[in-house]
Amino acid sequence: MTVAAFTFYAFAVTTLLGGLMTVMSRNPVHSVLWLILAFISSAGLFVLLGAEFVAMLLMIVYVGAVAVLFLFVVMMLDIDFAELKAEMARYMPLALLIGVVILMQLGMAFGAWDYSEGVAERLAAPAGDVQNTAALGQLIYDKYIMLFQLAGLILLVAMIGAIVLTLRHRTNIKRQDILAQMYRDPAKAMELKDVKPGQGL
Amino acid sequence: MIGLEHYLAVAAALFVIGIFGLFLNRKNVIILLMSIELMLLSVNINFVAFSSFLGDLVGQVFTLFVLTVAAAEAAIGLAILVCFFRNRGTIDVEDVNVMKG
Repeated sequence: MTVAAFTFYAFAVTTLLGGLMTVMSRNPVHSVLWLILAFISSAGLFVLLGAEFVAMLLMIVYVGAVAVLFLFVVMMLDIDFAELKAEMARYMPLALLIGVVILMQLGMAFGAWDYSEGVAERLAAPAGDVQNTAALGQLIYDKYIMLFQLAGLILLVAMIGAIVLTLRHRTNIKRQDILAQMYRDPAKAMELKDVKPGQGL
Repeated sequence: MIGLEHYLAVAAALFVIGIFGLFLNRKNVIILLMSIELMLLSVNINFVAFSSFLGDLVGQVFTLFVLTVAAAEAAIGLAILVCFFRNRGTIDVEDVNVMKG
């Protein structure tokens, strides 16, 4: 077994183990950590495939942002997870049945896989001197600039939507009233009294 | 030599694990969202594998967009989850019946 094959099998097994433990784990915090493991090892698979940029993106976006978001939500919400997990055994036969059926379907689809003519030349096509990231940039900023902008728009909408959904306007707290501060007149804010010595107010 | 079929097998297994998780954790929305992330990840593995073996970078460009949509979806889903938890005090999916749909 070559080093590349060994690396592939290690990453593949870790990815599948991470995915399986994500859905099977009893503690949701452990689930998130297993999810992070699955993401990191599939980033390793991407590196093996020569897609370094997507691999690094997976690390930054998924592990750095999405998984940490999940972790925040899991830890912030006070949920009795034991109660939610109690019925896991009830759904196990159905889940196993559907999983096996879909796996068999995918196996039949991929088992009949056949390559077209001249696949060897295409597989051996030289990547050229351009690195993966540079080549992707040339594609994204040139041919797919419209889709790229739309992706940015989707992220903007997601950001605004998340803020609007979670923003809570509380009524029973003191807030800063900027207009009142601006129109405040120093002459009216303070009243001076001339108190004679020996007298009270 | 590791062929395309190996990567496709890993992606298919990961996709099935995602579906398995959807059915196994019928009540816990957080794990449901994580299962959806797993399925999107397996789709990404398929895209990148085909892109690499066909020598066509467009697959990786599409992976980028799938990644974007997945991140947006996770953010919105978790925001809805936080909202729902604030109103009902639980994240049980079977309690989502306010609209009697």
